[in-house]
Amino acid sequence: MNETWTITSVREAIAAKKTSAREIAAEYYRRIAERNGKLNAYLTLCEGRAYAQADRIDALVAAGKPLPPLAGVPIAIKDVISTREVRTTCGSKILSNYVPPYDATAVLRLEAAGAVILGKTNCDEFAMGSSNENSAYGPVQNPAAPGCVPGGSSGGSAAVVAADLAVAALGTDTGGSIRQPGAFCGIPAMMGSYGRVSRYGLIAFASSLDRIGPFARSVADTAKVLQIIAGRDPQDSTSTTAPVEDYSAALNKRVKGLRLGISKQYFGKGMNAGVREKIAAGIELYKKLGCEIVDIEMPHTDYAIATYYIIATAEASSNLARYDGVRFGPRVDGDTLIAMYRKTRGAGFGSEVKRRIVLGTYVLSAGYYDAYYLKGQKVRALIANDFRKAFEKVDAIVTPTSPVPPFRLGERTNDPLQMYLADIYTVTGSLAGLPGISVPCGRLEGKLPVGLQIFGPAFGEARVLQLAHALEQAGGATL
Amino acid sequence: MLRVADLAYLDLSEAELETYRAQIDEILEYIGKLNELDTSKVEPMAQVLSDHQTADATLREDLVVPSAVAEDVLKQAPDPEPPYFRVPKVIER
Repeated sequence: MNETWTITSVREAIAAKKTSAREIAAEYYRRIAERNGKLNAYLTLCEGRAYAQADRIDALVAAGKPLPPLAGVPIAIKDVISTREVRTTCGSKILSNYVPPYDATAVLRLEAAGAVILGKTNCDEFAMGSSNENSAYGPVQNPAAPGCVPGGSSGGSAAVVAADLAVAALGTDTGGSIRQPGAFCGIPAMMGSYGRVSRYGLIAFASSLDRIGPFARSVADTAKVLQIIAGRDPQDSTSTTAPVEDYSAALNKRVKGLRLGISKQYFGKGMNAGVREKIAAGIELYKKLGCEIVDIEMPHTDYAIATYYIIATAEASSNLARYDGVRFGPRVDGDTLIAMYRKTRGAGFGSEVKRRIVLGTYVLSAGYYDAYYLKGQKVRALIANDFRKAFEKVDAIVTPTSPVPPFRLGERTNDPLQMYLADIYTVTGSLAGLPGISVPCGRLEGKLPVGLQIFGPAFGEARVLQLAHALEQAGGATL
Repeated sequence: MLRVADLAYLDLSEAELETYRAQIDEILEYIGKLNELDTSKVEPMAQVLSDHQTADATLREDLVVPSAVAEDVLKQAPDPEPPYFRVPKVIER
């Protein structure tokens, strides 16, 4: 049986006693056993925890008690998000044996809402990458485009949802790491505003940019997962007190009359012609739905990648200082404490992580701080200001998610700068702290998925989801 | 490059040093394009949220709450000696 479940269908089937939460979990584990060997998308499974949770849901059904909103829904978690007593590697050798003593708030909230956590998904090491090829545990296959990368860094989370090995998944996004793999695997993928979802238990890469967000097979399910994980958490001082809207209620509001900003800076050179065509078709569809298309200027877009790679690497060099062989992970012995640190870090980190630590240490070092880090923070303000001005004129901004379709495994691994430039349309919203979604917008030659990205103003998640839902319902995926 | 690797407590092989030197030069050259922008009048943006959006975070009550994870945390260490982490000798006598 290979039924495609949704959050609603799982919950209804369990409530109607057509199946049980345990049976559904078992069905997903069967699919995983059959297909994960080839995909390499799950790194760790947690059957014990999943079945214990499923049994709690089945006990509610037996007792005739009301079911929580995600009752019995199988969900996968990116391996940079802490799960108590379930190994969490960050895709790195330096955490190969790490078992967190606590759960991330987002994970706790999912389970409190009835979700069944199936396991942990592969990702680029410490979420650094755009193709999932920087994982110490091998690359992930794109189930929507065999032979191609699934995108990154949340490539495993995108792949398990696209391959129907989970109903939904959590990923993390620092410069595009949810939205780009969502686009490459042909599914909706959402990053809420900075501060919308607690980062407690998210193992830090770049703290002023990192966000947790959902993947699902429909915008409606994406909204349901975000609804559960959104909201203030006293454990994360950067989680916001701004009220959480009712996302599902917003989905079916009419989009007629909404003003969508289109900026030529997001359709520059280096953009694949096929992607350009599909995004143009997506914009046409919005016109048919009655949206007004408004030309906007985002003059600092072209500086976003340079800014991002200063700020993200600087924060990473600081955050990753904790991996020193003292408190967790394998240690490589040395004669002195410093020698032990150096050897442990040299052996434990992969090449992209080391490259970023070196770059981040350099831009923060004495004599270069003003020229790089401070300059980067100032340009970040200019990029955020581009958005502020644009949102005086428009309700949302529509762009391609990625300038290119999914590329072949191994095609870009030797040129880090080219790999970084693939994030050109996603990093802007990361720097500005705004909500963004990637929603399917056709496939090149009926095969390679294309994603359309929608940015909203700060805490405008409901608007972003509403527009994504409208495109999906109007047939965006088959353009 | 050696100085930066020292600052980061990172052992790099000769081959890594050579590859990174070339790649990081290229990345820094690319980053240099930020100098096209006059930012003399721009305030740096260290974080995106304003104070009122996390109001109770900065002004919460200072309460003592129980926390009993020390044992679990030590279990993750490569060389624990509860209640301590053991490391190579730091100070020579």
